[in-house]
Amino acid sequence: MTFEPKIVGILCNWCSYTGADLAGTARIKYSPNVRVMRVMCSGRVDPTFVLKAFAAGADGVLVAGCHIGDCHYIDGNHKTVRRMALLKRMLADYGIEPGRFRLEWVSASEGDRWAEVVDAITEDVRKLGPLKIGKSRKRPSEAPAA
Amino acid sequence: MAKLKLASYWASACGGCDTAILDTHDKILDIAAAADIVFWPIAVDFKYSDVEAMDDGHIDVTLFHGAVRNTENEHLAHLLRKKSKVLVAFGTCAHIGGIPGLGNLYNREQIFRRVYHDTPSTQNSAGTEPQTRHQVPEGELTLPEFFDTVHTLDQMVDVDYYVPGCPPTPKQIWNVVQAIVSGQLPPKGSIVGASEKTQCEECPREKKELKIKGFKRIATAKPDPDTCFLEQGFICLGPVTRGGCDTRCQLSGVACRGCYGQPNGVMDQGAKAISAIASLVDSSDEAEVDRIISEIPDPLRTFNRFGIPASMLRRKMV
Repeated sequence: MTFEPKIVGILCNWCSYTGADLAGTARIKYSPNVRVMRVMCSGRVDPTFVLKAFAAGADGVLVAGCHIGDCHYIDGNHKTVRRMALLKRMLADYGIEPGRFRLEWVSASEGDRWAEVVDAITEDVRKLGPLKIGKSRKRPSEAPAA
Repeated sequence: MAKLKLASYWASACGGCDTAILDTHDKILDIAAAADIVFWPIAVDFKYSDVEAMDDGHIDVTLFHGAVRNTENEHLAHLLRKKSKVLVAFGTCAHIGGIPGLGNLYNREQIFRRVYHDTPSTQNSAGTEPQTRHQVPEGELTLPEFFDTVHTLDQMVDVDYYVPGCPPTPKQIWNVVQAIVSGQLPPKGSIVGASEKTQCEECPREKKELKIKGFKRIATAKPDPDTCFLEQGFICLGPVTRGGCDTRCQLSGVACRGCYGQPNGVMDQGAKAISAIASLVDSSDEAEVDRIISEIPDPLRTFNRFGIPASMLRRKMV
């Protein structure tokens, strides 16, 4: 049986969530692996959310917001750019492969692009396999992780 | 009133917390007047067997410093929990893992390979590594087993109070001792000897508008003594670190490194530091942002220097 990754999608209300909605109303077929969480702006995405998703068992995390210049709050997504750039480096330090985390811009009219982005991250994470976080968190009384 | 029975123990720690207790100077005599020391390996000659012989709950207060990194630490954590009425995670290592917690970026195999084989000063042609059991003519020798992962004290046993700091400042230690002696302790699970607010609330350095065009390091640039470190481009964890130390580092010309741990309401100090510090970068161009961010060496060790075992992911996936 192929591995079906669990991916948490954190989407801004104004562009990406509407874009994902459009993909639905347009009946575009794409991978069902992303669980969507809506925030008002991608600038609201605290790096804590991403780490918490991984800690809670997500195999991948996708953050999506308006294209630069299109932010409903003018420059909310500029802050997203800065935070996620630094977060990517920290995830690498934690040993989480780069393919498990993506920042993408999806506008309200890009239902087809949303479907492509979801298919792409699903394929990437499927190739990487399940995140091994549980294995490394064994209590010391058990056998040490390999 | 019977004198308080006090114990102090170091697990995976450097001994700095014990030194900090002695740094209360002449007040140490007041501590000795109010409390009998029943176990303190660095200063008083009691053995583990003496503790094992005590009745359960015999010790009133145990100050436990150090993270839990091997079976000896684990045994003493359980033993002292059983023998103590109040168990205090004292200092950063017991509280959130501390500097030994950086070991969670490796596993036992990697650490042993580095320490016993790869360091340039090691000569070990026989490939000897510590064994937990070894037979010699005189009998069997044993050593504690080294874990893959460093743990905070409360990941091992139930903890009553936390005193943060690497080490806790003598002033705060004295406050904690007074609270214990007077019996005026806050609800279980509280952090004592620290503030509810962040370092920035206490820091006297002047803050204007925070915008960073590039990052500097203390080794290669000289900070202005009166201006906020972040404003000058030096990484300072003041915004994401609990106050209570009187910002002694910032007053000495060194930016905060985060040893008091996260303030209330923050789940992960490192993640919050990313949020706070990355948003100061004064650029919206993705390439320029990447360039500026790349000037930060080693983000995980910089932003979560003291708290990896207590962070949400707890360790590197290796």
